[in-house]
Amino acid sequence: MADLSVDFAGIHSPNPFWLASGPLTNTQYQVMKAFDEGWGGAVWKTVGEPVINVSSRLGAIDYGGRRMMGLNNIELISDRPLDDNLREIAEVKRLYPGNALVVSMMFESVASVWRDMVKRVEDTGADGIELNFGCPHGMSERGMGSIVGQVPEYTETITRYAAQATSLPVIVKLTPNVTDIRPPGRSAVSGGAGALSLINTINSVMGVDLNTWRPLPDVDGQGSHGGYCGPAVKPIALHMLSSLYNDPGIRVPLCGIGGIETWRDAAEFMLLGASVVQVCTAAMHYGFRIIHEMTEGLNDYLTERGLSRVADLVGQAAPRIGGWKDLRLSTSFQVVAHIDPATCIGCNLCVVACDDGAHQCIDRPSHQKAPVVREEDCVGCNLCSLVCPVPGCIAMNPVDKGYIDTWSGHELPAQ
Amino acid sequence: MSLALTNDTKLPEVVPPLTRREATDEALRCYYCYDAPCITGCPTRIDIPRFIHQIATGDLSQAARTIMDANILGATCARICPTEALCEAQCVRVQDSRAVSIGRLQRVAMDHAMEHGTPALPQLEEGRGRVAVIGAGPAGMSAAAHLARRGYAVEIFEQKEEGGGLDTYGIVSYREPMRVSLFEVETVRKLGVKFHFGRKIDALQDFRTLQEQYDAIVVAIGMGKVPKWGIPGEDLPGVYDALDLVEQTKTRPLSDITLGPHVIVVGAGNTAVDAATCAKRLGASDVSILYRRGEAAMPAYRYEYEFAKQDGVIYRWWTMPIAIEGASRVEAVRCVKTQVRTGDPSDRQSPLDIIPESEFVLPADTIILAIGQEKNAGIGQMIGAATHRGRVVVNESTYETSIKNVYAVGDCLAPFGEAMVVQAVADGKMAAQAIHERLRKTMAPQKGEKHG
Ligand SMILES: Cc1cc2nc3c(=O)[nH]c(=O)nc-3n(C[C@H](O)[C@H](O)[C@H](O)COP(=O)(O)OP(=O)(O)OC[C@H]3O[C@@H](n4cnc5c(N)ncnc54)[C@H](O)[C@@H]3O)c2cc1C
Ligand SMILES: Cc1cc2nc3c(=O)[nH]c(=O)nc-3n(C[C@H](O)[C@H](O)[C@H](O)COP(=O)(O)O)c2cc1C
Repeated sequence: MADLSVDFAGIHSPNPFWLASGPLTNTQYQVMKAFDEGWGGAVWKTVGEPVINVSSRLGAIDYGGRRMMGLNNIELISDRPLDDNLREIAEVKRLYPGNALVVSMMFESVASVWRDMVKRVEDTGADGIELNFGCPHGMSERGMGSIVGQVPEYTETITRYAAQATSLPVIVKLTPNVTDIRPPGRSAVSGGAGALSLINTINSVMGVDLNTWRPLPDVDGQGSHGGYCGPAVKPIALHMLSSLYNDPGIRVPLCGIGGIETWRDAAEFMLLGASVVQVCTAAMHYGFRIIHEMTEGLNDYLTERGLSRVADLVGQAAPRIGGWKDLRLSTSFQVVAHIDPATCIGCNLCVVACDDGAHQCIDRPSHQKAPVVREEDCVGCNLCSLVCPVPGCIAMNPVDKGYIDTWSGHELPAQ
Repeated sequence: MSLALTNDTKLPEVVPPLTRREATDEALRCYYCYDAPCITGCPTRIDIPRFIHQIATGDLSQAARTIMDANILGATCARICPTEALCEAQCVRVQDSRAVSIGRLQRVAMDHAMEHGTPALPQLEEGRGRVAVIGAGPAGMSAAAHLARRGYAVEIFEQKEEGGGLDTYGIVSYREPMRVSLFEVETVRKLGVKFHFGRKIDALQDFRTLQEQYDAIVVAIGMGKVPKWGIPGEDLPGVYDALDLVEQTKTRPLSDITLGPHVIVVGAGNTAVDAATCAKRLGASDVSILYRRGEAAMPAYRYEYEFAKQDGVIYRWWTMPIAIEGASRVEAVRCVKTQVRTGDPSDRQSPLDIIPESEFVLPADTIILAIGQEKNAGIGQMIGAATHRGRVVVNESTYETSIKNVYAVGDCLAPFGEAMVVQAVADGKMAAQAIHERLRKTMAPQKGEKHG
């Protein structure tokens, strides 16, 4: 048995799996049920001045017959009275002292409001607070959410309002709706954030009904941009996570969010720098029960690899993500496709992909089913192996020319 | 009698394993239902959506753990459970497509465990005590495994040379290879269960000794022998009981078993299908099944019936043997034609009439009787437990007999004709839980003590 427990910015959690702030963490009933199922922690649905929601609120895209590859929402923060939320939070913490309970908050940008509210959250006994600077819809039109997260100075100022008012760890949840995640990340840290979490949802419009020409989701025929999440956003989250982890200006622990559905997803986030992960869409889709597979799988994975603690994974793969200019150019190193005739089923998907979408280097000998790569012309782009439906049929074999050539070497020295 | 493991290759499995790709495709057909109906179709309550989800995400070893946590004989059940009538009958996808192939997916996970090693099973609350199990069939092994996981010292007494019960000796190899059953015996052994083979418990004195030495006893002795049928010629050489024939295919070189070209199987249940398809594989060219009722009353599962027909087995309905004929061995069977006197022909209770002057003779080199096993009341009577209509009476939820701390599970309880491995496993598990409930109260573990 590996030790799955973690310490995250001073918050102890029995495992690194937390529920993200959202519909899953709206009530005491849900959070207690989730802890009973095995979730290590939960970030309460963002509390603030009560709002009124719209209906409907969610839209999804299906892909290849599977539902909800991506989910979009135009839901606001908690629409329950603040007092109810705070009372229930206190109750959960009292009943589940061993689980991590973090309260997500969003208030108008006034120092005294933050000071008062943070105190009230502190009084619940919660383990930490998360500042929601990420919600990209609705709240952003009211000067909160992603509007804050998109402007580093605002991020720093409001983080400071909260951090100065409390001794609890302050986690700043960042919005991915920026060109570079690092400046807001750094600002949050200089404002006093003890940790960063990311990503919140990505601005999106889900689609249009071809019969009615109404947008999806629609509110009485009208739509608005909403936050996108679910399996589809994972690569974006991984990119932002690793760029923060590799930034020397950011020395606080990171919490990974975005498209996590299995322990494998979680392990990837950890390898790129997340100490803890949060899950929203997957648990909305399948229920809290997925935590069993997650803890079981992660535990087995750590045990198989001879690792005793989750912390042993954190950031291990991050150094391998760097600048393009430091990659070896194909003059010195490349991969070359090889199609295994024994396992090829003859679908020719690689042929058409290479011919139309790549470098025209796969031939079709008349005497056999399996196409053949003209190795001297292959640039090693991977496309054929990506479209091939047979696992392992197309190998990308490395050809090392024995010296190092990178773009850095071609650059003119700085003036 | 030693086991003929090499017969596994001579009688290869009829149902091929799913390829890795087929398994993923099929697993993705599962909707991962919540509080899933399929689970209620499984007597052992395997968390089916979870293990299928684990297969879909590539976690085969974890899938095997999910299965084995609920059903230690998951590999057997993956092959021989009548899934069409159990879990798959409840699958929601019946309504929009066809049922997910739960049994074959279970086999993918269990094959993985057989190849790569069994996963450690989740910990259960521990207890302390000694338990004896009589019979190493599915029911006994299931009870033993569950108790061993809880830290009890468990010993199984089995009359035969190997464990597995009918899985090892009674299921034809082309449906469940012997190595699968032996893998399960090994799995149970690794959980800490001690097997004593060649130990038949059939004297009251043996039983009393067990009662003195153990805190609880589980009786899991299966059904009895096939009863005598009572028609002339039944004892002629060349007349087999179906179970004996199958057992021979599992314990002797196949070349030792000569049936001749013309084989007649009597009875139309699942065992008759096993016997008939076995005869085909042993070289008989002409195999027919005689049944005194019509197709509608046939007790075999539909897929078994199809399997027999695909093998070229001929069904002769409304045909009843009245005598087996032959000078020194079987040469023919004398039959009459039957019809329903009154009532529904599909009802096996409807009275039958013999059609006058319908007698005829079918030539036969071998006759195989597949007319059902007998209830095993023997041990119940021997130990003085209450019986009813030839079977031991137990408490429905605890499986305790009328004798305190003596439990009975599996086929020895089954009403005639409804015996299934998965039910035997479920019985064993539930009795084990009841034993734990009882013993944990009376024998609290002492601090710092190690056992198991
Ligand atoms: C031909 C045939 C085909 C079948 N096909 C299927 C199928 O496809 N699917 C399915 O689910 N089920 C099938 N079954 C039924 C299934 O095999 C049984 O339901 C199951 O084996 C019952 O398990 P058990 O442990 O109760 O009994 P058994 O498997 O009969 O095991 C009882 C064990 O107790 C031992 N024993 C008996 N008396 C004593 C004693 N006095 N002392 C010590 N040991 C003793 C026996 O040697 C045996 O090992 C089939 C049965 C037969 C006969
Ligand atoms: C319906 C819905 C409501 C959400 N509400 C909040 C919220 O109130 N506060 C917040 O910080 N994030 C909210 N989120 C964003 C999630 O916490 C999370 O950052 C995002 O969904 C990405 O994770 P995922 O891909 O696992 O869903 C919400 C997401 C959804 C789908």
